[in-house]
Amino acid sequence: MAHVRLDHTQKTYPNGFKAIHGVDVEISDGELIVLVGPSGCGKSTLLRMIAGLESVTEGTISIGDRVVNDLEPADRDIAMVFQNYALYPHMNVFDNMAYGLKIRGLAKSEILARVKKAADILELTDDQLTRKPRQLSGGQRQRVAMGRAIVREPSVFLFDEPLSNLDAKLRVQMRLEIKRLQERLGITSVYVTHDQVEAMTLGHRLMVLNEGIVEQLGTPIELYEHPASLFVAGFIGSPAMNFAPAKINADGSGVNLDGGAEFQLPTGTYAEFANQDVILGIRPEDLILTDSVTSTTNLTATLVEHLGADTLVHGHFGSDQTDMTIRLGGIQIIKSDDLLPLRLSPEKIHLFNPGTKKRLA
Amino acid sequence: MIENRPFITAISHIVLVIGVMIIAFPIWVTFVAATHDAVRMVQVPLPLWPGSHFFENLDQTLNKGIEGGVNQGVAMMMLNSLIMAMMIAVGKIAISLISAFAIVYFRFPFRMGFFWMIFITLMLPVEVRIIPTFEVVANLNLLNSYLGLSVPLIASATATFMFRQTFLTIPDELLEAARIDGAGPMRFFKDILLPMSRTNIAALFVILFIYGWNQYLWPLLVTTDRDMYTIVMAIKQMLEAAEQAPEWNVIMMTTLLAMLPPVAVVIFMQKLFVKGLTETEK
Repeated sequence: MAHVRLDHTQKTYPNGFKAIHGVDVEISDGELIVLVGPSGCGKSTLLRMIAGLESVTEGTISIGDRVVNDLEPADRDIAMVFQNYALYPHMNVFDNMAYGLKIRGLAKSEILARVKKAADILELTDDQLTRKPRQLSGGQRQRVAMGRAIVREPSVFLFDEPLSNLDAKLRVQMRLEIKRLQERLGITSVYVTHDQVEAMTLGHRLMVLNEGIVEQLGTPIELYEHPASLFVAGFIGSPAMNFAPAKINADGSGVNLDGGAEFQLPTGTYAEFANQDVILGIRPEDLILTDSVTSTTNLTATLVEHLGADTLVHGHFGSDQTDMTIRLGGIQIIKSDDLLPLRLSPEKIHLFNPGTKKRLA
Repeated sequence: MIENRPFITAISHIVLVIGVMIIAFPIWVTFVAATHDAVRMVQVPLPLWPGSHFFENLDQTLNKGIEGGVNQGVAMMMLNSLIMAMMIAVGKIAISLISAFAIVYFRFPFRMGFFWMIFITLMLPVEVRIIPTFEVVANLNLLNSYLGLSVPLIASATATFMFRQTFLTIPDELLEAARIDGAGPMRFFKDILLPMSRTNIAALFVILFIYGWNQYLWPLLVTTDRDMYTIVMAIKQMLEAAEQAPEWNVIMMTTLLAMLPPVAVVIFMQKLFVKGLTETEK
C-alpha cells in the first residue's frame, strides 16, 4: 500500500521526440486512477515509466516515500498486467505465478500458500494451475496474469490495457472483476486504456492525455459534466458530443448557430463573452424531445438508428448543416425529414474557445 | 487437392516407387556388398542378393580393418567421428546461443557491426580459409587432437543468425515481465530463452551433428595419427590400400556403419526437428 507521486515527470526520447510533457499527479493510497487517451498519446509510456521499463528524463516518480527514478522494476514494489498477458509459455500456470517469488527466494511453503490464495481469489481451479497458458482461454489467461500480479503483494498495480484482447462480453465481465478485486485488495492502481467506457466505469479518477499533455484530471462525473477542453469533451461520452460553430448574442443571454437556431444560456455566466465566436458542445442525451409550444429549436431528422434501449437521431438545425446526433430514450418512431421540437437546459450547454480549445467559464 | 481418380493415383504411386528405388538402390547394393566375402566381390556380375558373410565382415571391419592395410578397426574411428561431431554440434549451439543473446538483448557500441561481422563469415567456410586455419591450429599444437578437429568448425554464422531470428520473435513483454519478476539477464536466458528455443536447439543439433559427422577435408588435413582418423576419411583411404584390389566387402561395411549415426539422430529427433523448423506459436 502506498501513494504514488509524479512530479513534473517528463520523457524525451533520444531522437528528440517529447512523449510526456510534464505530469503532476498525486495518487492516494488505494485509489484507482485511469490514464486514458487515443493511441500514441503517451499513456502507456507514462505507465511504463512508473513501472521502470522506460527511463524518466526529467522530474521524479515516487512510490510511498521513495523516489524510484533509478530503481530497477523489480525493486519498485509494483506488479504489472500486460495487454498480451506476457505469460511464460513454457511454464504452467502455477510456475508462472510463482516465478517472481522463487527469484525473490521465498520459502516453498510461502510460495505455495500465496499462489493458492491468489488462485482462490481468482477462482482458478487446481487443474488449471497445472496447465500451460496456451491451453487456457483468453479470460483465464487474463486471470493468471492478474494472479501473477497479486501473489507479489505489491504496493502498486499497473494495468496496461488488460482487457483489449478479450471479446466484448468477457470484457464487461472482467471489468467488473477488476473493479471488485481492486476494491477488495485496496491496492493503489494505475490503469491504462483507450476505451472511455472502461475508463469511466473503473476509475476513481481519470487522467485524459493527449499528445503527452494532461488535458484534464478529475472524477468521471467531473469530466463528463465539465470537460475542460474540446478534446476531453469529444473523448468522453458515447455517442460523442456534438460540436458546432456558434456565436454568443449581444447580451450574453443566448448562443446562435449559423442557421439561426438559438439556445438559452444560464443568466449572467457568459455576459463577458458577448458577441464572441465559440464552439458549442451539446451532449446527444441532453437534447430532450418536447412539444412544439416550449421548444426553442427544431431538428430536421436525416437518419434514425434504433438501438433498442435508445434511439439515435441524426439531423441538423434549420439551415445549419452541421450534423447533430441526439439520443432519445426508448423506441421512437421517427422518419427522416421529420421536424423534432427539442429543448435544452441552459446549464447543459458547453462552450469552448475556438482558438485555445479550452472551456469558457 | 482432394481427387479420387484411380488412374492418377496409380501413376503417382508408380512415380513415387521409382523415386524410392532410385534412392534406395545404392544403399541396397552397399548392404549386399557388405554380406559377401572379398573374393565374390571382385567377380562379375556383382551380386544383387545378400550373402552369408555379414557377421564376419562386421567383425573384421570393426576390429581389424583392411587386410594389408593400416590394421586399424573402424570402431576407434567411429568413436573419433562421434566425439568430433558432438563437439562441433554442442560447441556451435552454445556459442551461437550466447552471441545471439548478446546481439538481440544488449545495447553495446557497434552491436550491428558485430552482427554483420559474424554474418559475413558465412562467406568464409573452412574450405576457403583452410591454409591459414591449418597454420593457426598447427602453431597451437592442436594437430591430431579432438580440439584441432572441432574448434575451427565451431564458429557459426548460420546458427547465430537462426537464434537471433528466434529471439526476435519472442515478445518484448516477456522480457519486461521477467524484469518485473526480478530476473537478471542470465536468469532470463536460462529460465525463459533456453526453454523457449528448445525445439530450435534440437533441430539445429540434428543439422550440425550430420554436418560434423560428414566432415572430410578438415580431418584429412589435421590428423596424421591413425588413432585420430575419422570414419568418413577412412573410407577414402581404404580404396587406396597398397597395391591390392580394394576389399569392397569391408569398404561397404564401413560405409554402412558410417551411415548409421546420422540416421539414428534423424530418427530419434525427428519430431523435435520438424517442430523446430516449422513451429511458430510462441
